[in-house]
Amino acid sequence: MNAVDTALTGKSAVKLISGNHACALGAIAAGCRFFAGYPITPSSEIAERLARQLPEVDGVFVQMEDEIASMAAVIGASMGGVKAMTATSGPGFSLKQENLGYAAGAEIPCVVVNVMRGGPSTGMPTRPSQADLMQARWGSHGDYPIIVLAPASVAEIYSETIRAFDLAELCRSPVVLLYDQVVAQLSETVALDNAPASRPERKWASGPRSAYKPYAGDGDGIPAMARPGAGYRSHTTGLTHGEDGFPTQNPEAVTRNLSRLFTKLERHRDLIDAWETLNCDDADVVIVAIGISARAALRAVEQCRAQGLRVGLFRPITLWPFPEQQLRRAAAKARAVLVPEMNTGQLRLEVERVLGGLPVEGIQLFSGEAIAPADIAARAAALARGS
Amino acid sequence: MYIDTAADFEIRDYLRQEMMPHFLCPGCGHGIALRALLWAIHDLGLDKDKLAVVSGIGCAGRLSAYIDANTFHVTHGRPLAYATGLALARPDLHVVVITGDGDCLAIGGNHLIHACRRNLKLTCLMLNNEVYGMTGGQVSPTTSETMLTTTTPLGNQEPHFDACALASAAGAGFVGRDVTHHVPKLKELIKAGLAHPGFAFVEVLSDCTEIFGRKNDLGSSPEMIMRQKSEIRPSAYRDTVDTPFRANDLPTGILAQNDRPEYGAAYRRAVAARKGAL
Repeated sequence: MNAVDTALTGKSAVKLISGNHACALGAIAAGCRFFAGYPITPSSEIAERLARQLPEVDGVFVQMEDEIASMAAVIGASMGGVKAMTATSGPGFSLKQENLGYAAGAEIPCVVVNVMRGGPSTGMPTRPSQADLMQARWGSHGDYPIIVLAPASVAEIYSETIRAFDLAELCRSPVVLLYDQVVAQLSETVALDNAPASRPERKWASGPRSAYKPYAGDGDGIPAMARPGAGYRSHTTGLTHGEDGFPTQNPEAVTRNLSRLFTKLERHRDLIDAWETLNCDDADVVIVAIGISARAALRAVEQCRAQGLRVGLFRPITLWPFPEQQLRRAAAKARAVLVPEMNTGQLRLEVERVLGGLPVEGIQLFSGEAIAPADIAARAAALARGS
Repeated sequence: MYIDTAADFEIRDYLRQEMMPHFLCPGCGHGIALRALLWAIHDLGLDKDKLAVVSGIGCAGRLSAYIDANTFHVTHGRPLAYATGLALARPDLHVVVITGDGDCLAIGGNHLIHACRRNLKLTCLMLNNEVYGMTGGQVSPTTSETMLTTTTPLGNQEPHFDACALASAAGAGFVGRDVTHHVPKLKELIKAGLAHPGFAFVEVLSDCTEIFGRKNDLGSSPEMIMRQKSEIRPSAYRDTVDTPFRANDLPTGILAQNDRPEYGAAYRRAVAARKGAL
């Protein structure tokens, strides 16, 4: 059976689907068996698809009473040991922040999809934006680590959704899947059979109850979780806790546990980091972009190269933690950096921080439209010519 | 009327002794309510390994840490939403929620009405002490009219919520209320709630002696408990005694019970039917 046949019979292989549908199918492939959500444009197709598909794999779908409850139910399901996800857009992402911080602090794996639409507030529900980059990193109160993945195509939404679950499990961390309305509702072909059947699972507690320390870190900074029903009867809290999981304000215990929390992702950057470079080796101008803006930048690089201009593209796929070293290497020969993005300059702030001293220019579009390749090419060409 | 099983109930079997001494104030009714809950769990023979307790924020929310079970102390107002995810994902667990009047009726009010409507098997124990005690004594949705709190220095002008009437109207499978004065009776009520196949809402009238009691000059714990007793109306007497109860008297006992389908089982049945049809 060739790819077209399998697509027609709906069994597997290559399909023409939208980004949101790819996300739902990626979640199933990754082992997601619980989804709680609340309707919001432009992410609702993820919930609709999973409402149909989760029962087929003995999973549970529930539409909760609000965005806050959806995030809470997802964390509750994951505390029960089941891989869980929710999906939302701007206003809903704001409402989820408190419980997202709980998941970060109590180290409960979960995946949160935020399809970025125009803001602030209700904004432009059906128009794209890339204005939640900083909120995805810093949206909840207090210091905490988080992983944010920024796919740029339908195929990449599928593969990054799978990776999001793997990272959530391996790092015991919430993972945000952040993409814009364009790739969410764009239809492209995606190969659905590239996910291995068995996926990573979180580290589960084993051994005697008396020796179990719920937040001990176990050498690699990632604690083993007690599965309810396995006899450990442990305590989980959003209060600052010691290795035993119980609340403490003892300065030494607080410092030890929070230091482990704040550095645990840094210790697993080899798993977390993902980026793409195109023609950066000799680039005078490096364009840094994510999502649909990176798709436009890709075309701009081709146009500039056709004119003999040395322009390259650096695309973070893992947005947070930011691929700092990789960007520094990619921009090693650059004289200027161009950051096209659909906001007022959030990615540019990070690029300026990482490349301190190098001229960094932005193209900012917040009209509810995607940035056109020609606009990026024109500015990149001008920078490459030294003007 | 009650089978007094106190003789074979050893509360220490259900507490995390390493967490003692507990942090409750002298005279607080929450410890009595916790005892009634653990006694009910003991009477029903529930397996501690399969027991999950989810609690919110406030004095009531802190109780989960003392229970020797799978315990989850979550965010303010959200324990019912966390518990919904946990119970749907793990139907093999017995999930109990411990919440307070502010946690459950103010910040978490939306989750309560939808938990009642959804009728998922959860037991929600709401400890009503009429005040935000943890934060120093602010007015709550159940503070009685005219009472003084730190945020009602002129006396409370808002009418108080009848949580059981709310839960009944929203369709909860089981609704009951009792006071800490009647521990064996409270235990029996909680037992009935735990045994109910759908969503069970149990309100316990607790007393906050140190903060609410002091502020309103209500005396010590025994006097506050007797005040609650004077305001209640046992449902057994409701239709038979023409009583001189106060205008704001509160009915107690089992106040509502229905056999609406339990949500988790209904969902799983629908899934099985669809899979069978494929």
